[in-house]
Amino acid sequence: MRWLFLCAVLVFLLCCFVFWDIASKGFGVVSLEFLLTSPRKGMTEGGIFPAIVGTIYVSLVTAVFVIPFGVATAIYLSEYARDTWVTRLIRAAIRNLAGVPSIIYGLFGVAIFVDGLGMGPSLLASGLTLGLLTLPYVVAAGEEALRHVPGSYREGALALGATHWQSIRTVVLPVATPGIVTGVLLGLSRAAGETAPILFTGVAFYLRYVPSSVWDEFMALPYHLFILATQHHAIHQVRPLAYGTALVLLGFVFSLNLMAFWVRKKYSVYGQQ
Amino acid sequence: MILSLLISNKIEIQHLDLFYGAKQALKSVSLSIPEKSVVALIGPSGCGKSTLLRSINRMHDLDPKVRLDGEILLDGHNILHGNTNLNKLRRRVGMVFQKPNPFPKSIYDNVAYGLEVNGIHDKTRIRAAVEESIRESYLWDEVKNDLDKPALDLSGGQQQRLCIARAIAVEPEVILMDEPCSALDPISTAKIEALILRLKERFTIVIVTHNMQQAQRVADFTAFMYLGELIEFGRTSAIFEQPNQELTRNYVSGHFG
Amino acid sequence: MKISATRADKLATVVFQFSAWLSVVVLAGIFTLLLYNGFKAFDRIRPQEFFLGYTWNPSGYSAPHYGVLSLLGSTLLVTCGAMVIAIPLGIGTAAYLSESAPPRVYQILKPVIELFAGIPSVALGFIGITILSPVLAHVFGLSNGLIALNGAILLALMALPTIITVSEDAIRAVPKTFREASFAVGATRETTLWRVTLPAAMSGIITAVMLGFGRALGETMTVLMATGNALAFPGGFFEPVRTMTAAIAIELGETAQHTTHYYALFAVGALLFAISLLVNILSETIARRFRYSQS
Repeated sequence: MRWLFLCAVLVFLLCCFVFWDIASKGFGVVSLEFLLTSPRKGMTEGGIFPAIVGTIYVSLVTAVFVIPFGVATAIYLSEYARDTWVTRLIRAAIRNLAGVPSIIYGLFGVAIFVDGLGMGPSLLASGLTLGLLTLPYVVAAGEEALRHVPGSYREGALALGATHWQSIRTVVLPVATPGIVTGVLLGLSRAAGETAPILFTGVAFYLRYVPSSVWDEFMALPYHLFILATQHHAIHQVRPLAYGTALVLLGFVFSLNLMAFWVRKKYSVYGQQ
Repeated sequence: MILSLLISNKIEIQHLDLFYGAKQALKSVSLSIPEKSVVALIGPSGCGKSTLLRSINRMHDLDPKVRLDGEILLDGHNILHGNTNLNKLRRRVGMVFQKPNPFPKSIYDNVAYGLEVNGIHDKTRIRAAVEESIRESYLWDEVKNDLDKPALDLSGGQQQRLCIARAIAVEPEVILMDEPCSALDPISTAKIEALILRLKERFTIVIVTHNMQQAQRVADFTAFMYLGELIEFGRTSAIFEQPNQELTRNYVSGHFG
Repeated sequence: MKISATRADKLATVVFQFSAWLSVVVLAGIFTLLLYNGFKAFDRIRPQEFFLGYTWNPSGYSAPHYGVLSLLGSTLLVTCGAMVIAIPLGIGTAAYLSESAPPRVYQILKPVIELFAGIPSVALGFIGITILSPVLAHVFGLSNGLIALNGAILLALMALPTIITVSEDAIRAVPKTFREASFAVGATRETTLWRVTLPAAMSGIITAVMLGFGRALGETMTVLMATGNALAFPGGFFEPVRTMTAAIAIELGETAQHTTHYYALFAVGALLFAISLLVNILSETIARRFRYSQS
C-alpha cells in the first residue's frame, strides 16, 4: 500500500509546488501600486489595474446572463420537467455542453456574437461566450440544490393553496439558494480564469482606459498573463510582472472558490430535516 | 341511511378508483363524511387510507402516474372535475402531514404564509389571524415571545401544532390529517388529540391513523380499509364494538395489521 | 400592473421551459455552425488532403497545406502522454484517499486537490514555461524545453483533479461487504485492493479517465504556451508540436475572415467537437452501465 501513499504525496507536492512557486515569486511584486495603476512603458512597468477591472466586468456580464438562465433551467428540470423525450434531450444537451472544449465556445462566440449579431469584439460578446461556457455548471449545481429541498416543503406550500410558482418562489428557492450560490460562484471562478473563449471575442492586448460600456474591448488577467509570458518583446524583463499577474489571477479565482466552499459549508445543515 | 338525513354531508366520495400506473390502489370507494365531525381512516399499511386522504385535496396531481375515476363531491361539487381550481380547493381543504413540515422561516411567517399566497396583504389582518390560529392550536403560550424565531427550532410536537395553526389560518372547511401524531411522543400526541376535538366544532376533519386507541378517542366515525377497498364505515363505537365484518373484527382486535 | 397568482404561475412555466430549451439551441447552434463553416473549407481543400494530409502549413510560401493529421497527431500525442502520467497517479491517489488516508491527512489533501481543480490553464502554461521547460531542457539535454512532453505533464496535472475526484467516488461506492469478504478469506489489503475493490469500481474509474481525457483533449492555453507550436508532424515527446486547439487559438486571430484558412480552422474545430462529443457519450454510456451494476 506504500505506493498509494507515494502517489498521493507526489500529487500533493506537485499541487503545492505550483501554488508556492506563483505565491512566492508573485508576492514581492503585488503592491497597491501594482493593483491600482495601468501598465507603463510597453508593459515593462506599472500595474495591472485595467486587467483586474476587465476581469471583474466580464465576470459580471457572465453572471448577469448565466444566473437567470441557469437557475430558470435548473428550476424547469427539477420542478416542472417530467420524464419525457424533451427533458431527456435537454439534459443530454447540458451534459454534453459541459464537455465542449473552451476554444470551441470561442469559435461559437466569434461567429455568433461578434460577427453574427454584430456586437464586435466587446465585453458583451465575451461575457455571453463565458456565460454559455458556465451555463452547464450552474444548471447542474442548481438542480442538485433544488433536489435537496425536502418534498415536504413543496407539499406543505401546495396544501395551503399556493400555486406551483408561489411554492417555488417562497419556499423552495430560498432553501436552495446557498447551493445555487455555490454553483454560480464555482462557475464564475472558472469563467474568470478562462482565456480561450475571450481570445477572439473582446479581450485586448493593451488599453489605456478601463471599458466604459459593454460594447468596449477590455483587458483581462488571464490574457494579460498570457501576453506577458509569451508575446512580450522583453519576456525575461517582465517575468516578475507576469508572476504578479499570475498571483492576482489565482487570488481572484481562488477567492471565488473559497467563497463557494464557505457558503456550502455554512449553510449545509440548513433546510435539512 | 337515517344518518345521512339527520346530518348534512360535507364530502361525498362515490365509486372512487385510483390507479398508480397499472396498479389499482383504490377500488370503488364510496364514503360520506358529515360536516363538523371527525372521521378516522384505519387499516393496515398499504391499504390505501393515505391515498384516499390525499385524493380529497388532489395532492396526487403532483404525480403524473396517478389516475382517478369516480367522484368526490365537496358541498355537492365534483372536485375531480378537470376545471377545478386546485389552489382554491386546497385553501378549502387543508392538510397536516405525517412528519411536521414547517417551512424554514420564522414561526410568524409560517402561519402567515397561507394567507399571503392567497392574496391577503393587509398586515393587521394577517397579524390577527396568525395570533388567533396559534391560540387555537394551543401553542400561543409557548411561542408568543418567539414569533420571529425559526420554526425549525421548535420541538416536534410544537412543530406539528404550528403546522395545524398554519393550516387553520387560511380558514379551510376541511382539514386532512395524515397520521399527524406518528412522529410524536405520547404527551405531544395527547395535546394534538385535544386540539382535534376542539377543532371539530369549526372544521370537518378526516384523519388517517395507525393507532386504534386514537381513532376511538377522537373520531365520531371510522372507516376501515383493506387492500384498497372500504370494508366498513360507521359510528366509531359500532366499528370497534360491533363490527359487521369479520375482517374488521379481526383488525380492531389486533389479529393483524 | 398586478397579475394574479394563477397568471404568474402560467407565465413562470413558459419562461422556465423557454430557458431550458436554450441549452439545446446552443448545442445545436455550435454543431451547426462548426459544420456549416467547416464544410465551406472543402470548397477549396480536397477532403482527402484535409483528413489524410500530414502537413499543416496554411501560410506555406509556395502552396498552403491543410493536413489535419499533423494537428490531430499532436493532440493525441500530448493527451495520451498526459494520460500515461495521470492514470496511475490519479487512481493511486484516489485509492489512497478512499482506502487508507487517515482523516487528518484527508482533510489536508482533499481541499488542496479541489482547489487545484480550479487553477486557470493559463497559469499552468506559465509554470510550464518558467519552471518545467528549463528543467526538461536540462534533464534531457535539449536546447529548448517547450516540447510535447512539457504539455503532456501539464495536461496530466490539469486532468488529475477530475480523475482523482471521480475515481474516489467510484471506489467509495464499492460495498464494504466486498472488502470484508476478501479479508475474511485471508487476503491482504493490497490483494483486496487489486483483486476486489478496483475491479468492482472499474467502470467508474474508466468514466473518470474518460472525463480527464476529455478535459486534456480540449485544453488550449496550456498546450499553446508550453509545447512550442511547431508546424511539423509530431516526431515524439521531445519535439515541439502544435495541437488542434493551439492551431485554432494561434491562427484564428491572424486569419482574415471568410478565407479558406478561416474555414479550415472551423473544420478543425468541428473535428475536435466531434471527438469530445464522442468521448462524452462514451463515458456516459459506461457511467450508465456502472449505475446499473451498482444497484
